[in-house]
Amino acid sequence: MTTDILKVRNLKQYFPIKGGILGRKVNDVKAVDDISFEVKEGETLSIVGESGCGKSTTGRAILRLDEPTEGEVDFQGQDLLALSKKDMRRKRKDLQIIFQDPYASINPRQTVRQILSEAMEIQDVLPKDKREARIKELMKTVGLGEHQIDRFPHEFSGGQRQRIGIARALSVDPKMIICDESVSALDVSIQAQVLNLLKKLQRDYNLTYLFISHDLGVVRHISDRVLVMYLGKIVEIADKKSLFDNPKHPYTKTLLSAIPVPDPTKKKEQIVLKGDVPSPIDPPTGCRFHTRCPFATDKCVEEDPELRNNDSLMQDGHRAACHYIEEIESGEMKPNY
Amino acid sequence: MFIYTVRRLIQTIPVMIGVTLVVFLMMHLIPGDPAQIIAGESANEQQVEQTRERLGLNDPLPVQYGTFVGNAVTGDLGNSIRSGRAVTDEIGARFWVTVELAFYSTLLSIFIGLIAGIVSATRRNSPLDMIIMITALFGLSMPNFWLGLMLIQYFALNIEWLPVSGWGTPQSIILPVITLGTAGAAIIARMTRSSMLEVIHQDYIRTARAKGVKERYVVYKHALRNALIPVVTVVGLQFGVLLGGAVLTETVFAINGLGRLVVEAIGQRDFPIVQGAVLILALMFVFVNFIVDISYRFLNKRIDLD
Amino acid sequence: MDNLKDNDTKTIIKVDDLQTSFFTHKGEVKAVDGVHFDVPAGKTLGIVGESGSGKSITALSIMRLIEAPGRVKGGSITFNGEDLLAKSEAEMRRIRGNKISMIFQEPMTSLNPVYTIGDQIAESYQIHQGLSKKQALEKALGMLELVGIPSPKARLKAYPHELSGGMRQRAMIAIALACNPELLIADEPTTALDVTIQAQILGLVNDLQKDLGMSMLLITHDLGVVAETCDYVAVMYAGKIVEYADVNTLFANPKHPYTVGLLKSLPRHDIDQEELEVIRGMVPRPDDLPNGCRFAPRCPFAREMCVERLPDLEDQGDGNQVRCWIHTDQWDGPEVNVRDDYGYSESTQS
Repeated sequence: MTTDILKVRNLKQYFPIKGGILGRKVNDVKAVDDISFEVKEGETLSIVGESGCGKSTTGRAILRLDEPTEGEVDFQGQDLLALSKKDMRRKRKDLQIIFQDPYASINPRQTVRQILSEAMEIQDVLPKDKREARIKELMKTVGLGEHQIDRFPHEFSGGQRQRIGIARALSVDPKMIICDESVSALDVSIQAQVLNLLKKLQRDYNLTYLFISHDLGVVRHISDRVLVMYLGKIVEIADKKSLFDNPKHPYTKTLLSAIPVPDPTKKKEQIVLKGDVPSPIDPPTGCRFHTRCPFATDKCVEEDPELRNNDSLMQDGHRAACHYIEEIESGEMKPNY
Repeated sequence: MFIYTVRRLIQTIPVMIGVTLVVFLMMHLIPGDPAQIIAGESANEQQVEQTRERLGLNDPLPVQYGTFVGNAVTGDLGNSIRSGRAVTDEIGARFWVTVELAFYSTLLSIFIGLIAGIVSATRRNSPLDMIIMITALFGLSMPNFWLGLMLIQYFALNIEWLPVSGWGTPQSIILPVITLGTAGAAIIARMTRSSMLEVIHQDYIRTARAKGVKERYVVYKHALRNALIPVVTVVGLQFGVLLGGAVLTETVFAINGLGRLVVEAIGQRDFPIVQGAVLILALMFVFVNFIVDISYRFLNKRIDLD
Repeated sequence: MDNLKDNDTKTIIKVDDLQTSFFTHKGEVKAVDGVHFDVPAGKTLGIVGESGSGKSITALSIMRLIEAPGRVKGGSITFNGEDLLAKSEAEMRRIRGNKISMIFQEPMTSLNPVYTIGDQIAESYQIHQGLSKKQALEKALGMLELVGIPSPKARLKAYPHELSGGMRQRAMIAIALACNPELLIADEPTTALDVTIQAQILGLVNDLQKDLGMSMLLITHDLGVVAETCDYVAVMYAGKIVEYADVNTLFANPKHPYTVGLLKSLPRHDIDQEELEVIRGMVPRPDDLPNGCRFAPRCPFAREMCVERLPDLEDQGDGNQVRCWIHTDQWDGPEVNVRDDYGYSESTQS
């Protein structure tokens, strides 16, 4: 039942930096640095993290919007990185993406009808004479009116434009959709509408989502599993419940404690981190979080921790990349603020 | 900053090579035999052959190019066909006249253009703004030789305030500089206006106002320096355009500048002069653009190339 | 309208019937339409609302920084007993950045890219305290230390692009607090920042507020930020305040259907929610506002009277002020518990 629709293996995405008098490559931005994970068919896996952690880069690398430096992206049994450009274009029929700002990714001079029929045309999904009916059906599905079919993107509000983006992704009948901060720019009341729509579509069409977001509230609402990234690495991955109720990595804990809760009676203890995220150009050695971690030791500076599970403390499938899961849990190690 | 300057300097090398190559090939691309042209139309077969030998025209092209560049670097651009004097001497004195003309005209364009642009932007959509922008449109669309003739007609002939032609006395400079500088002033005024309007709506301008900064300082301290960044590029290009545009102005005002020299040389088929003048103008243009890039970097702290 | 607080607390600023409109070729757009509130000295008032609610325009109106084609059309803004709307531009300049300061949402674009951080902080001292450049820079250094910027001496000479987003926002705070203002207006100060940096900045602002005894007006769309930092909250919708209460009352007992809808549509990281309750439809366009209650077209309880007549912001006697017919004795519908009954009966959503 739970087959993996997407398997990412040792994915690396480095962006060269040019400098010096002759403009040669002097270093790399290690945006994504050797990550592996799977997405199960029909589930929503969310990637969360702060800006610069590599979450959006991961989504783009999977779709080969940027060509990854290294690794394997196995989608439905095929390595996407080994496909020719042409085959990759065909493959995008099954693997769509919705961006944060739909306005930037749709042609402002096309009407909704043109946008949707062009998408179907490119992937050749339906005979021409059936497309019109399908476009109307799609518009209804995403909650737009049929009478809006000949309108241009600027005539819609932000939430409606995001619905156009969703309709375009759906038009080619994909198996999986990567949502890159798709609801981040929307007001709360509109965001809730779009989130509910995404959930409904997932049920109706058995879609798989890779949901990239910085908003942990949204992530808790929509995900089955959650993956936390920090500076190009996975620090923790788990079932939603396990991650939110029983976070094990100090970074995940900090992240959760930093979000303001809309309930003034819940004045909780906040862990406030020192400093900024270090530069991904020369990331810290060992555990990348050690420069800001209240528990860091010499071992953390030297050794890169592996993602691991401790079955007495964590659910099956819950893994965290920390040397001291047990010691922190037992209280043996005290935070050093 | 230093590394940036050095790198920018190194980047001009390929441009210079390109320029010298084009100028060098000019000799070979023009119809007819260069040796025949240089030896003169009445020269006989033997004289032409001697000339060819003397100029090294029998050598393979790359060798000739090497010699050409080598000579040019040491200041030897050959001799004028007509006068027989060294090209560098012929060009020398008249080059500075043209540079002077272009320089004063650029100064005038910047001065008038900036003031007009700022006034226009700060009084957007006012009658004054309209007047300035319409005037700028005129300045831009008027051919400068025509403007020159009109200025001569009025100021020199009708009211006799200023001399008709020449160069050197302060009075004689005025009309040519206005003639040459007007189009530039118009371009800079329009550029400054649109750039200012863009900058004035930036968040940091609101921050300055929220700090209690006087409106005058908001405009001249916080907005202008940012607005100048795109304008500087235009000024640099403008200077190059002026060097070229000087040809007509010099002819109209009978100024003995480089432009006029080139025109005469072309008429007399004095190719070493043409070649030398084009080379000097092109190198001047490369140099000005280098200065523009450096000052651009100085104004815009965000360019962080080193 | 100022009757909900104990009268022994001093009011630092009192906004009364503020109206700010934009006059476009399509006609008048009422961005802020009759807003009342006051900020008690030393306290924080949060103004929450979605885009287009008029919350930022309210803030800029207080600073008198509304640009053409906008204009403050009416009302009064009383700051320390003086009406800001009656002041000359020169008088207003002496207040801005001195008595009332403001920080903005985008630390990336709110600092001038061609001047150093030190210059930009020092400018406040030069303007308001007439200090020399050298003295002003010394005080600027002190401010950088105060807002927790590491190696402040070096940062004094840094340009904005050389700092991270969090550091830039700290620099903005340093500029705003340079002259020890009585009121700080923070317009979405942490919206552009990551959560861990947001926590740092909110913590910093809270600490400084206590140390310096400032009052604060916090403009935000984030109910979480409101709950953690504000003492009082005004909820704005389409140019009007629809609910005003102290923070505990508002979250424990929200009364306006919009407030309730907003809270219910917010996905939370700290509790499980199955389906989010949504607010149907969209915010009305400011040039095409409903005649009656502005929320009526989206309100699940709306009746004819709501569509026809605009209710007043009325004191509920328990700390809330609510602009809703349900909470008046004129309500002609069945008894409603807004919080429990919220929701649309059929599947009319999306």
